[in-house]
Amino acid sequence: MAACDAAGIDIPRFCYHQRLSIAGNCRMCLVEVEKSPKPVASCAMPAGPGMKIKTDTPLVKKAREGVMEFLLINHPLDCPICDQGGECDLQDQAMHFGSDRGRFTEMKRAVDDKNLGPLVKTVMTRCIHCTRCVRFATEIAGVQDMGITGRGRDSEVGTYVDKLLTSELSGNVIDLCPVGALTSKPFAFTARNWELKNTESVDVSDALGANIRIDSRGAEVMRIVPRLNEDVNEEWISDKARFQYDGLKRQRLSVPLVKGKDGGFRNAHWSEALLAIQQALKGVKGNEIKAIAGKLSDAEAMIALKDLMNRLGSGNLQHEAGFSDLDADVRSNYLMNTGISGIEKADAVLLIGSNPRLESPVFNARIRKMWLEGVPVYLIGSQVDLTYAYTYLGNSPEALTKVLKNSDALKRLKEAKRPAVIVGPGVLKRSDRDAVLQQVHGLVEKAEVVKEGWNGYNVLHDAASRVAALDIGFLPSARASAAPPAKFVYLLGSDDWQESDIPEGAFVVYQGHHGDRGASRADVILPAAAYTEKSATFVNTEGRAQRTKEAVPKPGDSREDWQILVALAEVLKQPLPYKTLNAVRERLAEVAPHLQHVDEREAPIWLNGEYFKAFASKAGKAAASNKEFRSSIDNFYMTDVISRSSQVMAKCVQAKGSMRQGSYAS
Amino acid sequence: MASAMASVQLRVRDESKTGQNEPLLTISAQQCQWPVPQRSFATNSHDVFNVHHHTPDNNWETQFDFTDKNYELVSEIISRYPANYKASAVIPVLDVAQQQNKGFLSLAALNRVAKVLDMPEIRVYEVATFYTMFNRSKMGKYHVMVCGTTPCRLQGAEGIYEALHDHLGVGYGETTKDGLFTLGEMECMGSCVNAPMITVADYTKGVEGFSYNYYEDLTPEDAVSIVEQLRAGKSPKVGSQHRGKAEPVGAVQSGKWVSGPSGTVDTLVGKPRGPYCRNLDEPPPAEPKKEAKA
Repeated sequence: MAACDAAGIDIPRFCYHQRLSIAGNCRMCLVEVEKSPKPVASCAMPAGPGMKIKTDTPLVKKAREGVMEFLLINHPLDCPICDQGGECDLQDQAMHFGSDRGRFTEMKRAVDDKNLGPLVKTVMTRCIHCTRCVRFATEIAGVQDMGITGRGRDSEVGTYVDKLLTSELSGNVIDLCPVGALTSKPFAFTARNWELKNTESVDVSDALGANIRIDSRGAEVMRIVPRLNEDVNEEWISDKARFQYDGLKRQRLSVPLVKGKDGGFRNAHWSEALLAIQQALKGVKGNEIKAIAGKLSDAEAMIALKDLMNRLGSGNLQHEAGFSDLDADVRSNYLMNTGISGIEKADAVLLIGSNPRLESPVFNARIRKMWLEGVPVYLIGSQVDLTYAYTYLGNSPEALTKVLKNSDALKRLKEAKRPAVIVGPGVLKRSDRDAVLQQVHGLVEKAEVVKEGWNGYNVLHDAASRVAALDIGFLPSARASAAPPAKFVYLLGSDDWQESDIPEGAFVVYQGHHGDRGASRADVILPAAAYTEKSATFVNTEGRAQRTKEAVPKPGDSREDWQILVALAEVLKQPLPYKTLNAVRERLAEVAPHLQHVDEREAPIWLNGEYFKAFASKAGKAAASNKEFRSSIDNFYMTDVISRSSQVMAKCVQAKGSMRQGSYAS
Repeated sequence: MASAMASVQLRVRDESKTGQNEPLLTISAQQCQWPVPQRSFATNSHDVFNVHHHTPDNNWETQFDFTDKNYELVSEIISRYPANYKASAVIPVLDVAQQQNKGFLSLAALNRVAKVLDMPEIRVYEVATFYTMFNRSKMGKYHVMVCGTTPCRLQGAEGIYEALHDHLGVGYGETTKDGLFTLGEMECMGSCVNAPMITVADYTKGVEGFSYNYYEDLTPEDAVSIVEQLRAGKSPKVGSQHRGKAEPVGAVQSGKWVSGPSGTVDTLVGKPRGPYCRNLDEPPPAEPKKEAKA
């Protein structure tokens, strides 16, 4: 079949999928092979030299018609009420190969619907037993929950017991299902696929930057589905990326709000709100101003805010819940140097303080893929189910020291041709980060993780905006630590700041799209666009700049982030030298040229370990505490304002909490 | 379906309350007589469903563990297979579990087998639901199975079923009220020469005393008598009820044993006609040598 695909000939299929193992059970792909007495299932037949394959003979046509007739025997005729209608493989192929009448006069079978949780809706009577979902769950997602029970015409796809699909990637079975047996629960009965507008965009729910397609109708995002990008997400996306979109319709800020004297917010015009900020800034010195950028801030907004703050005399810039004092001079120090797809070339992996299953589920599927091919995985971090087996080496910096001294793991990494070390975001957020990183650097050098033609030092991030913030230097200036307590704090979509970041009595401006923690602390609220409503640049964890596109209009009076900042700069009599989006991007390119190379990955340069030496001399001899490593994400389904506002994500949390864990009677 | 399904919980899916697993409606045996389900099965498995439904004797809380003696047996079974293919032992180990667990595999038993063999639970569920000789709901102490394949049918298997049905008051897939007998149907067991036949799986004595005996050449009265002897705790005669050795001395015809005319066996006598098989012990005759032409 792969040979036919390469030759540009379409072979109909249901069970075959190039990323899953071959099952060969739908029989739709029958072709005639010369010298073979009967039709051959092309998905399971290896192509040989000199093989002559016929795909359009009467025999093939008849065979496919026969298969189609059998498939339709037990398939209900409910296309008009089926969510898959219009994008259904069975529907399409039945149009091609189906008969105009049925010869089947017996009863159709009926199957109980299964409860797979709040994301996947099941109508199991429609199932044609292609087992794509079973293979996906087993092979890619690594949760052995789905299977085929029973036999013959009584077989059913399901979990046998009442059990949720406990994977962060479960939504992908919806795309895989060639019929309407597994459909999206939140999307159920809301729209038909042919009335949706498709916009190709980028996901911001984690730092992977998965490529997505936003399907919208009017002003509403109806659903989000993955887009193929072999280098980033293949064709999977996480459940958060797929289902958090209902959060975009709740808790939105749509008009500027100004806090009155009574402490309550009142609606305001843009000019009023901006003037209120101007008033508040009167008499505030430059070093008493502080800006904090949030997880979902785009590069354009951050550069505009940085320029504005610098003009106001402040260098006190932070990225929320992060590691504001990390030295970002050398790019290879905070990026995934192997690249996301490049990690598959590694032949030994060490995870340090990371739980990729929560931090980036799609990336975790790649590690699982490698593990299935026999790559050993070592873990220093919390001992959790990562969907693959690993050698646990401890959960503290002490364990790291032990590995560094002498261990099988170190030996194995040293022997490996292309070893990879993955440092999780939890490590960078530790208070003793410098000491731990020095140990990691020591390990990297000792195990020869970086060598000619291979750089296996990887940092995995957890927030979409973090790499862009580091790239453009959205960091506190050298003298920021000496600044007095801030009297004016500008929150650019930041909701996960720490209490100590905002001194009591400070005037707070919140610019963002959701009314959450940041907005409740603010004195002035400026409504901004969310990622589905603007064209904005994000850089993913491997340093690939990608752009979102405007899929739906902005709600109410909200504006794009950079527009708000440019307007504010004018009100403050500190005009920024750009007025259009292109001009902002030119400015971005001045600061970080790779941000202009959209969809390309600018490979970072490794300074032959010079950076490590510089880091060590700067950090000095710091002792690591023995605090345990923790992932930066506790609750996968709620990490930012959008997912926190989403009811679907809340249902996921609830379902996971009420689920029976593991085996019950043993 | 008296005791096999004493209480059935109906689950009605409510889209608005996703994630809540409480049954909306619980029907107990006292409240209603559960209708005998139409067995539209392609196979004659004892179980109606291919998914798990909680019952009082098989639910989340049910416990199961192998006895020490059976653990020995299980580890012996596992040792027959390569260490990295432990899952190969799933069928014999499930069999041991079924014998120990009084004839059926509860959810707990399936999970225990999965644990013992380091398999994902679903893979064990798949095997247990595929094979019809694994029962997944409560069984009687004796599982009486009537052969329903063509030769037995021709020799009166339907009469055997009717006799047992009338005598025990249960149909296929059902268990008598005293919990002693479960009636079932199965496919050819290879005793066609002594058709019709029944098989009784005896779950009263655990794994050690487990027996799976054939009772052949049955008349309806024989079948009833076998069941009655079992009820009385006796051991009925195993094998053919009417002939001593394997020879054509008679057959069951129209529910009665009809002996062949004694001494005048006139079928299958004498030397059968050829062609015969060549003698396999002797080397084949040498091919005639081709004479070399001058």
